[in-house]
Amino acid sequence: MNSFELTYRALAAKTGPMQGSSVQIAAEKRRSQRRRVTAAMMVMGSALAIGGCVTVSAPDKPIVIELNINIKQDVVYRLATDVAKTIDENPGAF
Amino acid sequence: MTVQFLRNPSRIALQSAAVFALAALAVPALGQARDPAYEAARAAGQVGELVDGYLGFPSSPTAEVRRVADAVNITRRKIYTQRALTQHSTVEEYAFTTACRLILKTAPGEKYQALDGTWHTRAAGEAPSRDPKCAAADAMPG
Repeated sequence: MNSFELTYRALAAKTGPMQGSSVQIAAEKRRSQRRRVTAAMMVMGSALAIGGCVTVSAPDKPIVIELNINIKQDVVYRLATDVAKTIDENPGAF
Repeated sequence: MTVQFLRNPSRIALQSAAVFALAALAVPALGQARDPAYEAARAAGQVGELVDGYLGFPSSPTAEVRRVADAVNITRRKIYTQRALTQHSTVEEYAFTTACRLILKTAPGEKYQALDGTWHTRAAGEAPSRDPKCAAADAMPG
């Protein structure tokens, strides 16, 4: 026999009477919600813990400075023929 | 006037011959060979090809080496500016594309600035370390 207490709002019944009482379902739901909150807190806590441990180390390879980042490959391709001609025509400068 | 020209093909031939002769005269004037001091500085690795299309100094230059390199760089700047104008590109784009070819053309023993910014000496039978975009400069359209 279930004893009803008006301590919370009962959820609308989604299950039949033989599948468990709405009180049990609601209690289960609350428990799972609580568990979810605990899990989220644990994740946040570990993220904070990891966040505090991040170390910055210098790269072992030299840093490549990309000076010509805005020069597009198609421009290089387009200019190639004229550049070759210019070099040939000005041997003193190249 | 134009009609007259068209009716007289020999005159056209004569005119174009004159134009070609002028062009032939103009080319050697433009394309003088390298200054011997510049040639020597290159061979000695006192100057090297930078990735931006100009000459740089792999080691601290003497006043003479600096003078030679400055003269070459001023000429280059002028050429890049002129050609960029006709090719509708920026001076930097033209200079960069030229650098791609110049680095590829370096003779063994000459210095060039590699992709990582360090100075390399060109070794015989070894492709130089260049910007990946330079591959487009090797392929010649048209």
